[in-house]
Amino acid sequence: MSYFSFAWNWLKSSSQWHGADGIPIRVLQHLGYSGLSLLVATLIALPLGVLIGHFGRGGFLVVNLANAWRAIPTLGLLILMVSLLGFSVLAWLIPLVVLAIPPILVNAYEGVAGVDRDLIDAARGMGMTDWQILRRVEVPVALPLIMLGLRTGAIFIVATATIAAEIGVGGLGRYIIDGLATNNYGEVAGGAALVVVLALLVQFAFVGLRRLFVPAPLRAMARAES
Amino acid sequence: MNWPQFWQYTAANALLGILPAVVGLAISVPIGIACVRWRWLYGPVLSATSVVYAIPSLALFVVLIAYTGLSNLTVIIPLTLFSLCVLVPNVVDGLRSVPEPVRQAATAMGFGTLRRLVQVELPLAVPIVIAGLRIAVVSSISLASVSGLIGVASLGYFFIDGLQRNFNEEIYAAIVAVIGLALACDLILVLARRMLTPWSRKPGGRATVNAEGAQLLQEPAI
Repeated sequence: MSYFSFAWNWLKSSSQWHGADGIPIRVLQHLGYSGLSLLVATLIALPLGVLIGHFGRGGFLVVNLANAWRAIPTLGLLILMVSLLGFSVLAWLIPLVVLAIPPILVNAYEGVAGVDRDLIDAARGMGMTDWQILRRVEVPVALPLIMLGLRTGAIFIVATATIAAEIGVGGLGRYIIDGLATNNYGEVAGGAALVVVLALLVQFAFVGLRRLFVPAPLRAMARAES
Repeated sequence: MNWPQFWQYTAANALLGILPAVVGLAISVPIGIACVRWRWLYGPVLSATSVVYAIPSLALFVVLIAYTGLSNLTVIIPLTLFSLCVLVPNVVDGLRSVPEPVRQAATAMGFGTLRRLVQVELPLAVPIVIAGLRIAVVSSISLASVSGLIGVASLGYFFIDGLQRNFNEEIYAAIVAVIGLALACDLILVLARRMLTPWSRKPGGRATVNAEGAQLLQEPAI
């Protein structure tokens, strides 16, 4: 039997769609944990990245941080937190936030630091203050990269939240982890299908947000550069 | 602590991390060359790789269990697909970074398209390609440890075993080993780049930093 028949057989059974561990609740949990983590990570990383980009100091540190970040094993970090803090909200919130900070920070930094100097000089020549330049020139021009950072962070959080089921967190990863533990491949397969759909929806949501918030000329510019 | 098993799983984890990056590179070079040659191809290829990249590794691992069981392939195939998201743009950027006068000089010296590609364009693309390879290999070594969840031998086994037995030293050791492996591979690639591109040894700080940030910076087409 192929993967798809396992997944389909599990998904079509109506009992999965009701109750406290039903699919709708699990989807909401997954989105809730992910959304909260992304919010906290954004509140920390976005202002920091924009400021570092604006003042042009510490850039080297930021880029190296991003490279070191990739080496951190997410599963190891989650389990380390549980061993230190016990099963609590912080045990999953800290890793999810910490892992989402580097992509948001680095892209905000690179976006702002990469703004054309002539553009900033022109803004200054028009009499804009530092704060006005930041808010009305640098941030809008950096928006494509800022959105890319948020999207990368969100993708990372959704993936890590799946793995976090291993430390007892709800969400769609539960089906995979519980199914593996009980040798129920149907549940594993169904859970994986839901995770894939959710991850793709998040990805497309960010593409939509980008359309909504990044002006078309900036999108075209970013495309021409790539 | 069972050290022989620990070293055995460290080696397994290294293999699960390095092979995807190498296979990914072998796939990315022809795809990258095609994308430079036919520009319209690049957009759809970028979209496809970034869509795959969005899928959590654990989900892809368990989907593949149905076909490849608990073998190493179950881990290597998804990690190879992920590596394309970093490697293809870097191959394309590397090839595009070759200055037009250099290309024209090669043509004027009588190089055909193939010889120019192999002897001029690809060697000049090496720094940017290796920057991508560094990201790919570091990410896949770290992601390979997730396969401990499905029972494939890797350092991830010690995370789970340590959690179940309340054995913290095991968790610490495995985390250090994953990061150490990743940094060692990173260092080897930095040295490889120096050996392969002796002309770029002069300090060129900013340019390399940019190339290393390439994955986070690249603008997906969708």
